Amino acid sequence: MSDIEDTSADPTADTAADSSRAAAAGSDGAPEAGPRGRPRAADRDVLIEAAGLRKVHAARGAGAPTEAVAGIDFTVRRGEAFGFLGPNGAGKSTTMRMIGCVSPVSGGRLTVLGMDAAAQGPAIRARIGSVPQDDTLDTELTVRENLLVYGRYFGLTRAVIKERTERLLDFARLADKAGEQVEALSGGMRRRLTIARSLINQPEILLLDEPTTGLDPQARHLLWERLFRLKSQGVTLLLTTHYMDEAEQLCDRLVVMDHGLIVAEGTPQELIRRHCTREVLELRFAPPERPGEQAGERGDEKGADQHGDRRARGPAEPAPEPAVASAGPAARPTGSGRATDPDVTALADLGDRVEVLPDRVLLYADDGEAALAAVHRRGIQPLTALVRRAGLEDVFLTLTGRTLVD
Amino acid sequence: MTAALPTPGTTPEAAPGTTPATAPAPDPAPDRPTPLDTWVARVPALREFGYWMRRYRRIWRGSVVISVVNPLLFLAALGGGLGKLVDAHHSGHLAGTPYLDFLAPGLLAASAMQNAFVEGAFPVFQSARAQGNYPAAAATAMRPGDILAGHLLFVVFRILTSGALFLAVTVAFGVTGPGRALLTLGPVLLTGTAFAMPLVAWSITVERPSRINGVYRFVLMPLYMFSGTFFPASQLPGALRTVAACTPLYQGVELTRHTALGTAGTAASAVHTGYLLTLTLTGIVLARRGYTRRLHR
Repeated sequence: MSDIEDTSADPTADTAADSSRAAAAGSDGAPEAGPRGRPRAADRDVLIEAAGLRKVHAARGAGAPTEAVAGIDFTVRRGEAFGFLGPNGAGKSTTMRMIGCVSPVSGGRLTVLGMDAAAQGPAIRARIGSVPQDDTLDTELTVRENLLVYGRYFGLTRAVIKERTERLLDFARLADKAGEQVEALSGGMRRRLTIARSLINQPEILLLDEPTTGLDPQARHLLWERLFRLKSQGVTLLLTTHYMDEAEQLCDRLVVMDHGLIVAEGTPQELIRRHCTREVLELRFAPPERPGEQAGERGDEKGADQHGDRRARGPAEPAPEPAVASAGPAARPTGSGRATDPDVTALADLGDRVEVLPDRVLLYADDGEAALAAVHRRGIQPLTALVRRAGLEDVFLTLTGRTLVD
Repeated sequence: MTAALPTPGTTPEAAPGTTPATAPAPDPAPDRPTPLDTWVARVPALREFGYWMRRYRRIWRGSVVISVVNPLLFLAALGGGLGKLVDAHHSGHLAGTPYLDFLAPGLLAASAMQNAFVEGAFPVFQSARAQGNYPAAAATAMRPGDILAGHLLFVVFRILTSGALFLAVTVAFGVTGPGRALLTLGPVLLTGTAFAMPLVAWSITVERPSRINGVYRFVLMPLYMFSGTFFPASQLPGALRTVAACTPLYQGVELTRHTALGTAGTAASAVHTGYLLTLTLTGIVLARRGYTRRLHR
């Protein structure tokens, strides 16, 4: 417990990582020999470092090769819980697979635990734990046998595996299931067993690809609590998720990915501050009174400069582009002449941003109550009104759009 | 609380000189490594072999029964029953060999082919799927080549044990003596691997299970019927005879039969062995490539 390293609280963490990256680049992949004479300790704390990391999947059949990861940079430091957020197909899992050395890097540089992922895969894998998206447990074997087989894969002796198995099953709250076939376990138990299994080699980094997808709330909360415990014991956690509450609960720092690129990076609070207002006012109107009709599309994007940034960098993105263009008129009266438009016009200046959804209007404002009062003052009577704090989900939708990806 | 969990540290395979995140708590390993532990640490393929053996432990009794009962039924019905009829007509094609003696080695070679299919096709396809064993193993210190080698070792084990049980039955029927039976295990293994290795190499690339069934129905079954298993291939009409002689099962049946009956010629045996060995090695090379592509993609 004394070994908690909260690098995220260190305001210099990012700059230190940046300069170590520069040093590494300058001296051809030898961070400890940095020209600026940075202390070795600082560099040793960088466990994962990606620079211009790319992954291109070869063409299948007649199709063109697809670029799943299109050149990303990030640094993960010891003891951090680092999250990859993004819609399906954003490149999160592919990135995780490259870090886990089960997917060769197509371009750029990836260093894990000071080793080159392209050349030292087995040595890196020996020191990381992996919780894949799909359960790869053997359902015909017992809980204990699964741990034994997996421990053997790391060349551990039977005695060591046996001793660790007891502790890990306690940790995963599966001690009373040790002799049972995995077939009989619930989804939550299987997930916990997969996590227990991934710890058999006492990894320094734990990779979790959508660890709580498909679990019920109880199972999720238990899992979060266990992961938090691991983190407090010094294990560096890397996770992908599309649950925003999960990211807020677990991640010290995270990146949002979209179309193979990182579109935002920071602590959850930073991201909310940077890409969203403090609060969100949700207004629901009776169906005929509903302002605008741009079903399922994004609202105005006033002040979201990061968004424009992403567009400039990203590859061709046919889907979200027209959404922005067509959603514009919803907040500007000049675009169309529908009877309900005055409502929207009346709202447009009350927040930093207004988003019109099929069933409600979202008003992004730092003071939601004040905005609601203003709405009432203008004689607009929504069916229901809700003021809530802005969350990562708002950031996520702002950055990656509301259009369904698959 | 910390005692509940192993602290992150270095595994035996971790590179030296790296500091763990927390103070390394020396593992209280009370027992010295057993010889098995040492072998498993040294030869990664044994870890994967161990996994397959662990699964096999659950079904080995049934598999032994099948391996004995199957040849027993076939040899009793075809060798004993049908054989009486055949022998009564003095077929010139059999060159005076009793039908039972002719049939038993043929069936033995064909069963090696079948075992190769049973162990090498569907289990490989299944293991390579997202929820299968291969992705789990590939995420560890194992290399794709280790995973392949371990699984092949198990396939070889199954071909050998099934073949040995079959041979025990042929000895019981008086077809061969125990010494010659032991010698015949070589051709049986070679016939098995000549099918298993290419099948494994192919199965790792398969996306749909129906293809595996297709291969069984349209490749293996015709081979089974027309490769000199039940009747001499020389009885086939001209063109078909040439085709049959080129098939791997024909080569395996010939080698197995002549070894079992003690009628093997050196030149012919060398050709058969070379043919089967080429298939085996080609299969291994292709499988190695296929495993790396599939498991590290």
